[in-house]
Amino acid sequence: MTGETREQFKVLVVDLPAGRGAITSLEGRDSLAGGSGLTAMLFDRYGLPDRPWDDPEQPLIFAIGPLTGYFPLMSKTVCAFKSPYHDQYAESHAGGRSALSLRFAGFDALVIRGKALAPSCLSVGSRHLELKDVHFLWGMDLLRTGKMLRRMYEGSGHRSILRIGPAGENGSAMACINVDTYRHFGRLGCGAVMGAKNLKGIVILGDGSSPLPEGKAYPKLFTEVYRKMTDTDMMEKYHNFGTPINMAILNGISALPIRNLQKTSDPGIEGITGETFARDTLLRNAACAGCPVGCVHLGFVRERFMEENRYLYRQVSYDHEPIFAAGAMLHVTNAFSVLTLLDTVEREGLDIMSAGVALAWATEALEKGIVTTRETIVPLKFGDETAYREGFHHLGAASNDFYRLLAQGTMKAAEHYGGADFACVLGQEMAGYATGEVFFVSQALGLRHSHLDAGGYSYDQKDKEPDVDGAVRFLVQDEQARVLLTSMVSCLFARGVYGDQVLSDCLRSLGYLNLADGLGDVSRNVRKLRWRTRLRTGFDPRTVSIPKRFLEVETWRGRIDSAYLNALKDAYAGAILALGEEDA
Amino acid sequence: MKILTAPRMERCIGCHSCSLACARLVHKMLSWDMAGIRIASSGGLSTGFEARTCLACLPAPCAAACPTGAYAQRKGGGVIVRKNLCIRCGKCADACPVDAVFLAPDGEPFVCIHCGRCVVYCPHDCLELTDVGTEGAEESNARESAS
Repeated sequence: MTGETREQFKVLVVDLPAGRGAITSLEGRDSLAGGSGLTAMLFDRYGLPDRPWDDPEQPLIFAIGPLTGYFPLMSKTVCAFKSPYHDQYAESHAGGRSALSLRFAGFDALVIRGKALAPSCLSVGSRHLELKDVHFLWGMDLLRTGKMLRRMYEGSGHRSILRIGPAGENGSAMACINVDTYRHFGRLGCGAVMGAKNLKGIVILGDGSSPLPEGKAYPKLFTEVYRKMTDTDMMEKYHNFGTPINMAILNGISALPIRNLQKTSDPGIEGITGETFARDTLLRNAACAGCPVGCVHLGFVRERFMEENRYLYRQVSYDHEPIFAAGAMLHVTNAFSVLTLLDTVEREGLDIMSAGVALAWATEALEKGIVTTRETIVPLKFGDETAYREGFHHLGAASNDFYRLLAQGTMKAAEHYGGADFACVLGQEMAGYATGEVFFVSQALGLRHSHLDAGGYSYDQKDKEPDVDGAVRFLVQDEQARVLLTSMVSCLFARGVYGDQVLSDCLRSLGYLNLADGLGDVSRNVRKLRWRTRLRTGFDPRTVSIPKRFLEVETWRGRIDSAYLNALKDAYAGAILALGEEDA
Repeated sequence: MKILTAPRMERCIGCHSCSLACARLVHKMLSWDMAGIRIASSGGLSTGFEARTCLACLPAPCAAACPTGAYAQRKGGGVIVRKNLCIRCGKCADACPVDAVFLAPDGEPFVCIHCGRCVVYCPHDCLELTDVGTEGAEESNARESAS
């Protein structure tokens, strides 16, 4: 480390209208670690709970943890913001090169405040801060924007390029921030927060360096952790077929959401399993910087664009959730068709999970006559790749009132047009697990409304009898373990390696002695602060409702038990309120 | 005599484990730059990656360009750098035709010493320490010169 104490966070706070920034040193390392804890602390400091998400003064926050760059798979960044989806505090996580770029730029966090005077790109590094007018990129699709920014800035390989597409410019609550082409801050609309700040791109240049601890302890521990990540089969699931391995597994146990969750199993899923993608479409693998596992799977889209044999091809990253959202949910069961849709969604800068589930609802609404093609413009039909390509474009472009409203959230559109019963919304559009009551409640009430808030999907699969107290206890404890990792900020795929003892050893080897000794308190502090921050921005878990469609689901265990689901929801809501109100 | 080669970069996934290992083990730094091997995307992530590392030129243009004798030709290719003789003029980096020498902000040069410590950290076996059959320079000297 270079001067500042280990106990302090080094934060770069950028004032967009002024085009300037200031370095701030903040206490709190020993109690909050970084990542999720740090973003909540920074929102407490800079956020405006009572003002709307697009108030120019609302901060857009990116934070890493104490182990970022120092150990393998400590490769994620936490983005925090007030969400356009529900106007409450939100987090989204992404990998790519963002985490190591921030580390080498020398900051624990980047806070962006205000609104740029013109469409702009912010670039920061260890010896660099510049706001550049890029009005010529406004309106440009996300992939082309990336290519232009790549040409405009130096540092290939050692920088991270964050950017938005048209959806972010249009204020869509489904707009993502793309990171380095293949990764995303996907959920809850952070892309719109960038758009509201007139920020088309952010380039983080990882051009700084810092000395490592003397002695052999740190490199020895690094090698031990690295070997666990690469020489054992702990990571096999992630680098072999990747997360799409879940497609066949969930389909096999009748727990895969299909056709807007009208079904949970279908023989056609064979065309879009992880095995099918790997065999037919997998072009190569890629990794986040600092991760030897390489879970990023890149498939290809090949398109004949002229009668003569003239083809183009593009590379598209795929994972379980995108395949669920653009495939199973829309009943598109051809792997190449799914990749084509993912490519379309990517260009618009939409979160594929929300966008896919939204169009699945629109398709059923059209089938039921709740909306007509006057609203949907194209005749959306389950399985119809061409119609969905156009549909995704209209959603990103907010082509008419219907798509403008749908882009604010499926439930917002359902409240206006009808069809709330079959809107697959659990806080936000659902993730790809129809495993049962615990997962539905976990996503609906979880802080990020994500399948990653807690392992409810795995609890369901253990075929337990209804047990409200046991399930709530599990959700609360599992969340606490996960927030410790998201404060470091580890990839959650590494949770099998980074147990408390290993984390403690890693921190100690770098000189974070107090933090190493206090991990239990840290995870409790972070959990409490996050919930308190969320509740302060208006979240009331008691008012969350779970649409009727989720009660109609049939899994391998039979029909959903609505009495259990409701009891669980009420009990978990009570637990969340207790967590957030503690000492408040 | 061994030199570091990168014969299978088509396999590279961009994890940077090699350059982080070099910075960590050879230079005792946490850095993407202060390393003898640096990974760059070759025109964006969709086109894969390339390794910026010393190609073990014989003769080495960087050694020829060095005005103070800090750079010396390494037997078998590449160079030995004695940083206590270096005046941070940057002529080595200018002379390198493949951008293999990194200059820190204060002008300190970083170049591969062909020690091979990065090789074992590549999860896809992209790198290789290749025997070029020349006897000579001692690895201990090379390591010392890098610190």
